[in-house]
Amino acid sequence: MTKIALPLLPEAQAFSDAAHGLHAPHFPWEHRKPWKSYDHAALRRGYQVYKEVCSACHSMKLVAFRNLIGVTHTEAEVKAIAAEYEYTDGPDEKGEYFKRPGRPSDYFPSPYPNEEAARAANNGAYPPDMSCINKARHGEEDYIFSILTGYCDPPAGVKIREGLHYNPYFPGGAIGMARNLYDEVVEYEDGSPNNASQLAKDVATFLSWASYPEHDDRKRMGLKSLFICSIGIGLSVWWKRHKWSYVKSRKVVYRPDLAGIRKV
Amino acid sequence: MASAFIRGLYSSIFRRTSTFTVAVIGAAFVAEAAIDSGTDAVWDYLNKDRQWKDIRSLYIEKAEE
Repeated sequence: MTKIALPLLPEAQAFSDAAHGLHAPHFPWEHRKPWKSYDHAALRRGYQVYKEVCSACHSMKLVAFRNLIGVTHTEAEVKAIAAEYEYTDGPDEKGEYFKRPGRPSDYFPSPYPNEEAARAANNGAYPPDMSCINKARHGEEDYIFSILTGYCDPPAGVKIREGLHYNPYFPGGAIGMARNLYDEVVEYEDGSPNNASQLAKDVATFLSWASYPEHDDRKRMGLKSLFICSIGIGLSVWWKRHKWSYVKSRKVVYRPDLAGIRKV
Repeated sequence: MASAFIRGLYSSIFRRTSTFTVAVIGAAFVAEAAIDSGTDAVWDYLNKDRQWKDIRSLYIEKAEE
């Protein structure tokens, strides 16, 4: 590792160290542009990838089925999706717990009942909840995409213990999750190409929406407020200068009292 | 000609505080509606085919089956 130390300055490092994780490159996400919304077709595909691949291990406890209405699915579709799952509800009048089909108001089901079960099923590694994962990771969707597509053989001399997998983008390099996104592992209902890179892109976009559900509204309001504020600032500047013009255009003249005659 | 219009405007609306206030509130109402629909139109143009309302039609019929 190359370290350059200059007096009184912190150390400069030439490249990411393994403990930090390889810095994910910046991909040209369309929705990162200031006035671009999410691509809702991509969000829908991303949800499909999450549901079919990721939800086997990763929970998303803070997202409810109803959050998808008007974003990725219609109300009828969401009701049907929720009804596929079984939820334990109760207690009823007899004090018993019962099972019922899911409703749009339910939150996404967790694959494991608790963290201990999740760790036990995954070699001690806890698959994190995905509800705010973009906010919780430096690099956000760049990181998610890089992690999902970045699996490779470890460099010579690096040993990864049994049960872990090498991923340069993961801090430390040894990630508990195996590679899950391969070409055509999900069949898109809209017929979009489903290579691994597209799957990763769509699921990263979906997870970005999960972290920032207000994104589209926020940007639209930002457009509106910038427009109004620039008019407001323009008017304010003009108004101030108009009022101050009397002060700014006055002349102050010093007339020396040479003969000592004038009395003020 | 324009000056006569401005003079008329002043004497009928801007001279009295009460009428001025009504004019400000009314203008704000109209301006907000105009700016809202204007920015929505700009937003929709910039985000053509990206929003839910653009892809909604593909799924509404299926849901009604």
